[in-house]
Amino acid sequence: MNTLEIRNLNKNFGALAVSRDISLSIGAGQCHALIGPNGAGKTTLIHQISGVLNADSGEIMLEGQDISHLSVSQRVQSGLGRTFQITSVLPSFSALENTAIAAQAKAGSSMRFFGDAASETALNALASETLHRVGLADRMDIPVADLSHGELRLLELAIALAARPKFLLLDEPMAGLGRTEGAALVQLLSELRGTLPMLLVEHDMDAIFQLADTVSVLVDGSIIAQGSPDEVRANAAARAAYLGEGAA
Amino acid sequence: MDRSLVVAAFIFALLLASPFLLPLIGEGYLLGLIIKAMLLAIAAISLDLLIGHGGMVSLGHAGFVGVGAYSAAIGLESGIENILVLLLITLAVTGLVALVTGVLALRTSGVYFLMITLAFGQMIYFTLTSLAAYGGDDGLTLWSLATLFGSDVVQSGSGLYFVVLGTLFATWWGVYRITRSRFGRVLRAARDNPERAEVMGFSVTRYRLIAYLIAAMIAGVSGLLLVQHAEFVSPALAAWQRSGDLIVVVVLGGLASRNGAILGAFFIVIVEEVLGSILHEWRLIYGPLLVLMVLFAKGGISDLLAAKTPRGQTS
Repeated sequence: MNTLEIRNLNKNFGALAVSRDISLSIGAGQCHALIGPNGAGKTTLIHQISGVLNADSGEIMLEGQDISHLSVSQRVQSGLGRTFQITSVLPSFSALENTAIAAQAKAGSSMRFFGDAASETALNALASETLHRVGLADRMDIPVADLSHGELRLLELAIALAARPKFLLLDEPMAGLGRTEGAALVQLLSELRGTLPMLLVEHDMDAIFQLADTVSVLVDGSIIAQGSPDEVRANAAARAAYLGEGAA
Repeated sequence: MDRSLVVAAFIFALLLASPFLLPLIGEGYLLGLIIKAMLLAIAAISLDLLIGHGGMVSLGHAGFVGVGAYSAAIGLESGIENILVLLLITLAVTGLVALVTGVLALRTSGVYFLMITLAFGQMIYFTLTSLAAYGGDDGLTLWSLATLFGSDVVQSGSGLYFVVLGTLFATWWGVYRITRSRFGRVLRAARDNPERAEVMGFSVTRYRLIAYLIAAMIAGVSGLLLVQHAEFVSPALAAWQRSGDLIVVVVLGGLASRNGAILGAFFIVIVEEVLGSILHEWRLIYGPLLVLMVLFAKGGISDLLAAKTPRGQTS
């Protein structure tokens, strides 16, 4: 059984078809990259998978469960983790609290009106372990306003991981990162790869060739090519559409 | 220790001692004033749960004070005198009204939430003015008040004073616990970044709705006690100006500060009383005073108290 299975997804905005019969299957431990020029419909596809938008037709299955009609929060509860293209954290919380509350969502009911959430050891332990994993161990108690852009990108990932997702949707995780920061993030993602299946939307081709098992090329709402990174690199249509004529 | 707990301990100790310290118990004038401020503070703390912790600026909160007051008054008129039964009725009715209005209002946020709560507040106000059997526009004087199992101890004087003080304390403590709980943390997350909270797996609207219900029910209880204190209800309790006053108390006291809400309530009641006794057009002074407070004490009264003295300097 594939972890994430998308079947015949269609979405139109008026007369404009932004998703045309998209099907994708991502097996356990696979890293599937989605590339495509701007306006190809990558963000719309991410929105449909995460539940911000509903598809006009088609199905999205997570570990065999149809999640097409669940709300954003229900999909997260079902095990779909995601990071945002533009960093989105809780500005008045510390890094630890940001991660702990993400862990809280998956650790029993949050309809608890008494008891001190900030001193729940199980949540804090999980949050701190996750922050260690992404390399923010010594930045845990810092207000997020004082974190650098690169650190926020890592926090973004920690928030997604703290909910112990079954599948991770990564929306341009490298956006705005410098060379060293980017390399560190690729390193981190390659460590996750194999245990956590993911769909990676990214412009950084180097990162994609390092991480992806499979690459899909999305152009005008359709997947025009799919295969291993090398196959896609060799594919004429994909090169014409996205990699640019001269790319090799 | 948390400085706000020290301030709270001081405030409550002072309130607890007031009936014994004030030489004017016989007249009851000052005690009445303190009761008035405490009732305002109860409603303000509940509104601060919405504004300060939930980021939901409601301009209809006094509507729930009105609903609570009328639930109690109508209960009394129907012959129900036990204050505990009236309390249950008040909680049920305000909770129900909040559920219906909240489900609709929480489809919006920001300035639209402000407008829709204003609209609901006004609907409550006009509904109350149309209750001809209970005085309509003019309101209703209550000839019998609630009792505690037949005892009139909760009707006036220091008995009522301690009931109101106890309710204020329960509100303070309850909201304190709620804001620190898992629920409160989700509420703050939703205030900070609702989209993020949703993608953390929280159904933001549900948490907001429950906060809205809790706040409305607390406001309703303040309405019940207001009836007991004033021996009178009128639709004016639910007027939008009252909701505005509550926002002023919350902002003046400092957002997300229960102590601030209490101090803000006392500040407003005292300023009104003092200025009102000096000058008929007291609002001419009150207005600029609020402007100055908001401009120069942005964090509110609670922030002024918490102001830290820079190291190496004496204050």
